[in-house]
Amino acid sequence: MIQYAIRRILLSIPVVFGILLVTFVLARSIPGDPCKAMLGEKASAEVCERFTREHGLDKPIYVQFLIYLKEISRGEFGMSIRFSRPVTQILIERLPTTIELGLTALVFATIVGIPMGVFSAVRRNSAIDVATMIGANTGVSMPVYWLGLMLAYLFALVLKDTPFWLPPSGRLSAGVVSIPFYEVFNLGLTKGAFSYQLADFFSNMLILNSIITGDWKVLGDAITHLILPSLALGTIPLSIIARMTRSSMLEVLRQDYIRTARAKGLFERIVILKHAFRNALLPIATIIGLQVGTLFAGAVLTESIFSIAGVGRMLFEAITARDFPIVQAFTVAIAVGYVAVNLIVDLSYVFIDPRIKLE
Amino acid sequence: MTNMPAEKSLDMDQYMDGVVAGKVPEPNTTEKDYRSNSLARLTMRRIFRQRNAIVGGIMLGLLILVAIFAPLIAPYDPEEVLIGKEEVSKRDSPCIHLLGCPEDQPQHILGIDGNVRDVFSRVIYGTRVSLFIGFTTVGFAIIVGTLLGAVGGFLGGWVDNIIMRFMDVLLAFPSLLLAIAIVSVLGRGLQNALLAIAIVTIPVYARVVRASVLSVKEQEFVSASRALGGGQFHILFLRILPNAIPPLIVQGTLGIATAILEAAALSFLGLGAQPPTPEWGTMLGSERNQVFTAPHLVFFPGLAIMITVLSFNLLGDGLRDAIDPRLKQ
Repeated sequence: MIQYAIRRILLSIPVVFGILLVTFVLARSIPGDPCKAMLGEKASAEVCERFTREHGLDKPIYVQFLIYLKEISRGEFGMSIRFSRPVTQILIERLPTTIELGLTALVFATIVGIPMGVFSAVRRNSAIDVATMIGANTGVSMPVYWLGLMLAYLFALVLKDTPFWLPPSGRLSAGVVSIPFYEVFNLGLTKGAFSYQLADFFSNMLILNSIITGDWKVLGDAITHLILPSLALGTIPLSIIARMTRSSMLEVLRQDYIRTARAKGLFERIVILKHAFRNALLPIATIIGLQVGTLFAGAVLTESIFSIAGVGRMLFEAITARDFPIVQAFTVAIAVGYVAVNLIVDLSYVFIDPRIKLE
Repeated sequence: MTNMPAEKSLDMDQYMDGVVAGKVPEPNTTEKDYRSNSLARLTMRRIFRQRNAIVGGIMLGLLILVAIFAPLIAPYDPEEVLIGKEEVSKRDSPCIHLLGCPEDQPQHILGIDGNVRDVFSRVIYGTRVSLFIGFTTVGFAIIVGTLLGAVGGFLGGWVDNIIMRFMDVLLAFPSLLLAIAIVSVLGRGLQNALLAIAIVTIPVYARVVRASVLSVKEQEFVSASRALGGGQFHILFLRILPNAIPPLIVQGTLGIATAILEAAALSFLGLGAQPPTPEWGTMLGSERNQVFTAPHLVFFPGLAIMITVLSFNLLGDGLRDAIDPRLKQ
């Protein structure tokens, strides 16, 4: 198992290297002179020459790539052109928001999608099954941003003045402030230190932070602001998970051991949940892992619709503003995260199905 | 000819049975049976048994008709600004005479957009743009993907390794993000958006083709073709690649759905089709801030995207179940 994990990590090194290479090439090919982009159109030739030398842009391209690799291995992503702030700092602010949004969407998709799929499979060809599958097919065909806008219209405008009203934008209501847990508990961390950055990262997950500090007002507010974006972002994964669960369950329910379980007089509920579902779980876990990519891509659209300051929206803005230190860092973070999640899913097979021996 | 074809011998049995029973079988059953067992017919029959495929196929057929006859269906030119021509103003709600809209007002069944154009006509013409997007991107991706996958699978070794590792890298990016990055390098516009979407979907087809090539390249009929003196090119393109066509059709149909969805997303973000092109994503994107005041401007283009994508998804699912159930995931 550990051996397998190590081998898989080693095998993903070429992929990560490839990701870095592709991002590097793409970022360098964005049209426009980096000096002019960073220092303004009026930068003189001498200034630009110095700038080019300082940033190593006069060196051969492969040397530049090596410098870039060296910086990344030290966790340095450079300075943002637009904000003149370290990219790492921006990533620490933005990534937790997206992770929070992605996780709530995925949790929603899983806890609704799996029971829907199981139920459909058990009541195959019933009205509920047909309705679920029509719903799931429609769900995968919906543009995320359209669903988001329609949900915002429904819950923020049509249901205004009802208890079902939900905020259409932002992460917290005006006047509600989330105080980081390290300040509440006075941990006395030095600004800029790694421990501070780590604490800052987790405190930017507002739900987590407000649970730690026990601030229920912020918690409630943070959750209500996350409902619509999570619904919008989670619908496609939900549909995919429901379809996968259904087909995987149908496959298992055909097996002889299910007939045996029924024949020996077990309750149907136990047959379904213990005998069938556990064996149907493997492809479901795989498909859930693959949704992480969908979630990151959907985050670009969802965050821009619900005005959430996350990685997706930032990345999109950075691309359009040619802020390539941010483009490079954020793309790498997302792609590496994607590779890592799929690795974790692969390793989780052992726990889902003890018969599997990873070697 | 010592071997009698299977159908013929079966017919002899039937004939003998008939003789024993004192009846002579119908003379032309042989031909009928033979025809009904051809691969194409069997496949067609399987496809027609798939409810999804039929519903998706009918929806798609209607959409193609709408695209072809758009000028006949749409009451206005999609880019025509109606200021001064009619008594309408910016972002008017839908006006349908049948539903009680006064007869003296011009009928606009999906309303008027922010530039005082008929939304219905724009949505109708949008079908052309979206179907064009779907077919061209996937067509391009299939051609390039097939070449890469076929060459990799056929030659094997380091060529295969390099190609497939590069495909792995492309697959490691969430496709929409990679497409956004590529468009930002190439520049905005529909053509570049199409190219970006095609590039990010190439790995899917390369993998499908490579898998089919690997599964048949050691089989006897390939060796036979080689023994008969067939060249590499002949063997790869005429003997091996036809085996990849069924999975490619399935993947391609599902791929068109994704391509349309992603192209619309790029246009929504302002990176794809530029106004005044009647593209659904662009229409939605330019009116997104008006969702609270004029929801019809967001609702209908989105609905059109959904219906089109749904038709390809249903058709693709049905085809997969009929042609290649192994692909089911």
